[in-house]
Amino acid sequence: MGSQQAAWAGSPAGAPGRRHGRGPGFALVWALVWIGLVIPGVAPAASGSPNPDLEDQVREIASGLRCVVCQNLSVADSPSDLAKEMRNLVRELVRQGKSREEIQAYFVSRYGEFVLLSPPKRGFNLLVWGLPFLAILLGAWGVYLVARRWTEQREEAEPAVDPAYAERVRRELQERERPSGS
Amino acid sequence: MAGPESLMSWKKALIPLACVPVIILLAYGFRTDPKAIPSPLVRQPAPGFRMAVYDAGELSLETLKGKPAVLNFWASWCYPACYEEAPLLESTWRKYKDQGLMLVGVDIQDKEANAREFMRRFDFTFPNGPDPGSKISIDYGVYGVPETFFIDRQGRITYKHVGALTPALMEAQVQAILKGN
Amino acid sequence: MISTLGGFVLFLALGVTLYAAAAAVLGARAGREDWLASSRNAVLAHFCLVTLAIFLLEYALITSDFSLRYVANTSTRGSLTRYKIAGLWGSLEGSILLWEWLQALFAALVVARYSDRGPSGCRHLLPYVQAVLQGISAFFLLLMTFGANPFAPLFPVPPDGRGLNPLLEVTDMLIHPLLLYLGYVGFSVPFAFAMAALVTGRVSEEWLTITRRWTVVAWLFLTGGIFYGGWWSYRTLGWGGYWAWDPVENASFMPWLTGTAFIHSVMIQERKRMLRVWNLVLITLTFSLVIFGTFLTRSGILGSVHAFADGPVGVMFLAFLSLVLFFSFGLVAYRSDALKGHGELDSIVSRESAFLLNNLVLVGICFTVFLGTIFPLLAEAIRGTKISVGTPYFNRVSVPLGLALLLLMGIGPLIAWGRASLNNLRRNFLKPSLAALAGGAILVALGVRQAEILAAFVFCLFVIGTIVFEFLVGTRTRAKTMGEGLLTAFATLLLKSRRRYGGLIVHLGVVVAIVGIAVSSVYKVEREQTLKPGESMQVGPYSVRFDGMAAGERPTHILVWANLMAFKDGKPLHTLTPGQRYYPNQQSPFASVDARYHWNEDLYVILSAFERDGSSATFKVLINPMISWIWIGGGVILLGVIVAVLPERRLALLAMRAKAQVA
Repeated sequence: MGSQQAAWAGSPAGAPGRRHGRGPGFALVWALVWIGLVIPGVAPAASGSPNPDLEDQVREIASGLRCVVCQNLSVADSPSDLAKEMRNLVRELVRQGKSREEIQAYFVSRYGEFVLLSPPKRGFNLLVWGLPFLAILLGAWGVYLVARRWTEQREEAEPAVDPAYAERVRRELQERERPSGS
Repeated sequence: MAGPESLMSWKKALIPLACVPVIILLAYGFRTDPKAIPSPLVRQPAPGFRMAVYDAGELSLETLKGKPAVLNFWASWCYPACYEEAPLLESTWRKYKDQGLMLVGVDIQDKEANAREFMRRFDFTFPNGPDPGSKISIDYGVYGVPETFFIDRQGRITYKHVGALTPALMEAQVQAILKGN
Repeated sequence: MISTLGGFVLFLALGVTLYAAAAAVLGARAGREDWLASSRNAVLAHFCLVTLAIFLLEYALITSDFSLRYVANTSTRGSLTRYKIAGLWGSLEGSILLWEWLQALFAALVVARYSDRGPSGCRHLLPYVQAVLQGISAFFLLLMTFGANPFAPLFPVPPDGRGLNPLLEVTDMLIHPLLLYLGYVGFSVPFAFAMAALVTGRVSEEWLTITRRWTVVAWLFLTGGIFYGGWWSYRTLGWGGYWAWDPVENASFMPWLTGTAFIHSVMIQERKRMLRVWNLVLITLTFSLVIFGTFLTRSGILGSVHAFADGPVGVMFLAFLSLVLFFSFGLVAYRSDALKGHGELDSIVSRESAFLLNNLVLVGICFTVFLGTIFPLLAEAIRGTKISVGTPYFNRVSVPLGLALLLLMGIGPLIAWGRASLNNLRRNFLKPSLAALAGGAILVALGVRQAEILAAFVFCLFVIGTIVFEFLVGTRTRAKTMGEGLLTAFATLLLKSRRRYGGLIVHLGVVVAIVGIAVSSVYKVEREQTLKPGESMQVGPYSVRFDGMAAGERPTHILVWANLMAFKDGKPLHTLTPGQRYYPNQQSPFASVDARYHWNEDLYVILSAFERDGSSATFKVLINPMISWIWIGGGVILLGVIVAVLPERRLALLAMRAKAQVA
């Protein structure tokens, strides 16, 4: 009974019953169903408007500028009048052939660095860009050290597979299948 | 024996002490005003502009050359701040226009009829004009109304004020640009 | 009158709560059962007093008693009764009272639940749990007594109040803050148990097991609050988005991240007795971040649309935050010797490692959000320049981390504990990986090129694959071995291992939401155009025709709207009436957006400007593909949590009934 239970509830401990019953094309069918669901969402991106390049460029630049009257929205998103005028100005500047950097520089010269929603990656600001990844890397190294220490402790303590421990693992695995919360 | 043990407790104390810098930073936050954003234009040459004045042709930065100038951004929908400072603008203009002071009003994001009503109400005699597309406003890094720029004879912005002007501040800044050479 | 009475009730509640805390600690020290009983009564009395205070304030709100400053600030005579009621949490003072009331409620629930029942160790922990919870209550009561008194009088009494910000006068206002507060307060219970465990030195797994359900329910409320907030923002704020990385949003997101990490890492401790310190740190962080977030949004040190009030409140919050941090981390340091666990791990390739990485990434994202939120302050302190850290930054940094998390979500639940054999890996991951890669190849063939969206799709496919296979195989094998029908087998499977399968359903919901987030942000189409009546604009497959302006009076405002007709591929689809609301007390109008919501694509229209004479109007039209998947995902998460925490007996009953029906 116990081993049967282990088999149906998806336990990693040996599940002979799960091999049969699935065709080889299952993965493909699954992928197709999934894609079928996603396509309606992806499709409209393909169809465009009269001047898609310009509008997308404007939106891209405007979404990096802070709407100065609304504290926390970009010029692209803000419904305020000033933001609308700024979008128009960006559109005009793009039409004049100004690059993204030039347009940003113009707004910074008028409103200060505050107007950029993402701090330029230089000087002191490198901290805000670099620290998260540095922290993750350090953390990953820490996790590795801890995990390695644990596996070493384990090997020192029980060089061979201890039958008692194996039994405990087996028991715990079974426990997992029983109703929890007790 | 005491050595390693005290070292241990010293290390332990590091855990709670790690929070101190964060708390200090947050406490520093009380001293800052998130709404006060310094303008990069102060002490810079005033950006050029060209504006169609209500009923009086055109006006541009060149017109102001060599004269100390006060550039005020306002709107008729800006209540109460613009309504509070409007009489002060007009009286300053009357008091100093003979000493060569220029006072220019830029009316932003407004309907012409409302703007004219506003000017009539406060009996404006200095030149005012609309700012279609908010071009001038954006060029001056304006956040909202009212904002006022003081420009010296060299065409340099000496001071920017956000919000309604007070008589004392107006007097001091006007004197400064009048005296400056 | 009500002002004096309310102030007195709060003051009394403060006294009672301090007494309850002191009696609990002293009673536990001296072993005096009668003191402990008295403390428990005081906890209940404290709850009654705060309830009375709530009733007083609500009474004042409903009867428009403007002799209270708070009432004058949050309602007008003309407000609908339900918004008068919601005025309770429409501004700082009232929302603190509400928070304190929930805090008192939870403390009373804990006392009622565990004073005579519960695991054996509970009796030792409970006095200190009470003390911590009452300490938190005492802070809020102090705050109201000295900084933010909801019963502060106003003289002379104005004829009418100022009213809520019109943006808050929506039904959602009744739900969203409540959910968030329930989440915030909910996390104080596991935090209190953790502190009690540290104080008493009973730092084993006891406190985790007792609070497991509290934690999951708190997490559910917080998750619900965040999702609901996004939904609200999307439908009413009128900018077409649902999340702006505003400080107040980050304030709810940070404890969510550490809380999520906590929910995962306790599983390792329960099973392997490892990570004791880490779990204490996580729950402390979660609670501290709740206080930190509230401090950020209430102190006004960061500009935020939501920030209100200043004065002593910010300073008091900071003092409390420091107290919490020093007290709890100090305790962890003090007990660090007792906390030394003996970590044992068979292999680095194991579920333990996957969970460790999951924790690392969640805390990493939390750190990123924290850093981004306070970085402007740091830059100002050190460089003296004002800078902004906004959406582009947060998206840029959190997307790669989120993708890593997504991948781990597929691996974690299926990789074996201890040591994953090659067989285990192949059995659980080979087919989902193949399916994911096949899906990725199809998408590339269809022309999807952006690396991030491609990775998101492939990983989502992988996670869903693992979950679906798990359910499929389980159901099938059970049906075969037990001779049950497929449906019964599926239901029993869920019931027999509710925590595991509930958790998998939650994961499924998260993936559905991520698909919605990814597709709607990458494939969003947005056009802005000025139209004259009769003209139309083309956006993707849709065309929108402007049929003229109209205006009308509403109970609290004047509404101006545009009549639009939307067509899809030339066929009439829907009428849309985006507009702007003008309130008498507000300088600028508020957008009233209109949209055609659909399960896979929303057509969303904002009226951004118009001529008074109706001769032209400017519209912003957005196509938001699959944005509803985010809300659907939220629903699936709710379902999963319910499966995971529903009481045993109730489910057994349901199962029996189902069986009876089948038979």
